[in-house]
Amino acid sequence: MSTDVSAFQLVFTGDPALFAIVRLSLIVSLSAVFFAALIGIPAGAMLALVRFPGREGVIVFLNALMGLPPVVVGLAIFLTLSRSGPLGQWGLLFTPQAMVIAQTILVAPIIAALARQTVEDLWVEYRDELAAMNVGAGRRIATLIWDARFSLVTALLAGFGRAAAEVGAIIIVGGNIDGFTRTMTTAIALETSKGDLPLAVGLGVVLITIVILINALAWAARRAGEHYAG
Amino acid sequence: MSMRSPTSELPVIFTDVAIVAADVTILDGISLVLPGSSAPTVLIGPNGSGKTTLLRAAMGLIPVTRGRITWGGRETLPPDRGAILFQRPVMLRRSAAGNVRYALAAAGVPRVARSERTAELLALVGLTGLERRPARKLSGGEQQRLALARALARDPAILFLDEPTASLDPAAANAIEDIVRAVTARGVKVVMSTHDLGQAKRLAGEIVLLHRGRLIENGSAAEFFAKPRTQEARTFIAGELLV
Repeated sequence: MSTDVSAFQLVFTGDPALFAIVRLSLIVSLSAVFFAALIGIPAGAMLALVRFPGREGVIVFLNALMGLPPVVVGLAIFLTLSRSGPLGQWGLLFTPQAMVIAQTILVAPIIAALARQTVEDLWVEYRDELAAMNVGAGRRIATLIWDARFSLVTALLAGFGRAAAEVGAIIIVGGNIDGFTRTMTTAIALETSKGDLPLAVGLGVVLITIVILINALAWAARRAGEHYAG
Repeated sequence: MSMRSPTSELPVIFTDVAIVAADVTILDGISLVLPGSSAPTVLIGPNGSGKTTLLRAAMGLIPVTRGRITWGGRETLPPDRGAILFQRPVMLRRSAAGNVRYALAAAGVPRVARSERTAELLALVGLTGLERRPARKLSGGEQQRLALARALARDPAILFLDEPTASLDPAAANAIEDIVRAVTARGVKVVMSTHDLGQAKRLAGEIVLLHRGRLIENGSAAEFFAKPRTQEARTFIAGELLV
């Protein structure tokens, strides 16, 4: 019980260490979702529309990538960014940028796979109309992405959920350095292993609250958008 | 829309056209001339007779399996010369005006001209005042009229309408018929299908009767309804089942 009280005290007294961790966590996860969306949505839309030999195999592979093990991705990025790795000279290992790269790789397949399904469903609906209007390939993709925008929010939320909950990859490439690369999930893992449960529980409460708040905001934005745009 | 000069894409000529999909013959041996006359050509026939497929083929949306189709002697219909209204048109997820603006952009109308054209087209189909309404929240009749405005955004020479009043009440159907008359008066060739024989009588200059993918009879609407030449036509006009 005393543990719970301590946890809530940390949250409601605005503990600076806690809020630095929360801030970094949001920056890393939202950045990863942003970059993953830039890659995943157009890639998913193109996969939905373009027919080529082996396309179904690519779809199966993409769907499989949604289950990429974070520690494996973390290890791959670690080896790539380590001093002896091919991109070692960039000096990104154990930085927030490395964490964003790792999470982008984890999140992009989720957004791409969900966007592919969403856009393909809409394409079935729109195909005849767009063909009759003689809409070119580029405009078709742009139209489908725009008209599927409210459904694609779900893909972004799924991606954010993956990023916000992820610990395996970022602890490998970020190093969980206090005040620099420590996020909510890596801090929870560390504090739990140290037996310092108040901070771990407090961070857990904050993490869950933030995830709920972001989902609620996205849901409200989607409903409002659907109301006004139809 | 202004009054257009006679189009060079007419007549549309079907020569022994067959369309087969998944081993099912949808159109079989259709030889037909859709003339350049200003009055609408109306396709009639029971469900599954091939009306929709014929319209789509005439629009150039589906390839023929056998035979050929020409448009004013050409092998293809230029994309900006034809437009089609599907039986269940899909409303893009934007406002009524946004749907028309999209069609204008797809047709290559310069951005500066789109607002004026949008207002003009929405007025033509009686949707002035509903510009900002989400298209998917319009009634069925309003959606059908909006789809017509979208089709007309291409300023087509030929307008294909696939059962445009199929699911509409009489008032909404009447509004669509008025629009058909208005665009016909402006020189657009309308080719449409319908199950409503009354509507066919009111609108058609020429009738095409299809049954099981074959052309049964075609000619002037007045003659068709006064003196049908075939037993199938007499049966169909009498409102009996064609088997």
